[in-house]
Amino acid sequence: MAEQLSQKQNFLKGIIKDNPVFVMLLGMCPTLGVTSTAYNGLGMGIATMFVLLMSNIVVSLVKSQIPGKVRIPAFIIVIASFVTIVEMVLEAFIPFLYEQLGIFIPLIVVNCLILGRAEAFASKNNLISSIVDALGMGIGFTIALTVLGASREILGSGSLFDFKMVPEDASTLILFILPPGAFIALAYLSVVFNKVSTKIN
Amino acid sequence: MEYVVILIAAVFVNNIVLSQFLGICPFLGVSSKVSTSVGMSGAVLFVMTIATLVTYLLYQFVLVPTGLDYLRTITFILVIASLVQMVEIILKKVSPALYQALGVFLPLITTNCAVLGVAILALGLENGSLLKAVFFAIANSIGFALALILFASIREQLELADLPEGMKGVPINLLVAGLLSLAFLGFTGLV
Repeated sequence: MAEQLSQKQNFLKGIIKDNPVFVMLLGMCPTLGVTSTAYNGLGMGIATMFVLLMSNIVVSLVKSQIPGKVRIPAFIIVIASFVTIVEMVLEAFIPFLYEQLGIFIPLIVVNCLILGRAEAFASKNNLISSIVDALGMGIGFTIALTVLGASREILGSGSLFDFKMVPEDASTLILFILPPGAFIALAYLSVVFNKVSTKIN
Repeated sequence: MEYVVILIAAVFVNNIVLSQFLGICPFLGVSSKVSTSVGMSGAVLFVMTIATLVTYLLYQFVLVPTGLDYLRTITFILVIASLVQMVEIILKKVSPALYQALGVFLPLITTNCAVLGVAILALGLENGSLLKAVFFAIANSIGFALALILFASIREQLELADLPEGMKGVPINLLVAGLLSLAFLGFTGLV
């Protein structure tokens, strides 16, 4: 199936047609949990994309060596190793983001998106397609998180990437930076996304 | 008293699904029927309690003394993956009907971030002890069950509702989850 797709389609499917957040509903926990600001959403998206890319590369290289019955635990080990690397790098170099993302960094390991791509794509396709797939999915995920983070930040605190857009004492819709706001913002964003993607198709 | 506070905090104030966003995948995925959501809650209760028990002991008595605590994520996920496999085998034998119903989501408990999340959060409890960690896990799985079953009950009613085309499916479910979360926000400051 994947062989028939050109690399361009393979790349683009992760962004629109099979967008991990809006269409496939994968990786919802970090999507809702860390997107109170655009910066956090972007950081989480990039961290996830790195792990996804590395795990897709490794899985597609060693796929023939892994016995079918133990493939899921094997994939998880690969993913967990890269998550540990990300965790250490963030703690050392971007401690602010490390604090903000908190528990959701170790939890990248259980992001269904990464295991899902390892199982559904990288274990069946060659290296190049797997890299392209990971980049497409990773960028689709990052865009979704950044857009959600940006809309919540604008509505909830009247700023974007920490840049204030309203006067200091203006009243903003605090609801959107609180937990319920995550669900509500994502609900409306997916309505918009569905509308736009039907138009494009 | 301390334990009552943990229970109330985990179930209502910091509900694991609705305010901490852990375990959203099963929350959205297996909540279309109340009966399956009850089964899922049972499986999570079982796995989460045992997982926290095992990982807590492993962390305190193996990883910390040997200075390998940076391997926390890898070891924890392995323990959880094996436990899930075990639950799957037992359930297949004991209750094939439930096994059928939970279908694809049972192996996905491995990637249920609530289980790993609680195991990690339990390490950071104040004056932590093994008993407290296990109690914390039980309290959180009750919170998970409460959120999941409430949500499933609403979704069953929702099937009859007349909705605008664009809101059908995912958006309305998220919106309902948002309103549920808003209701739980009312418990803030209770403990």
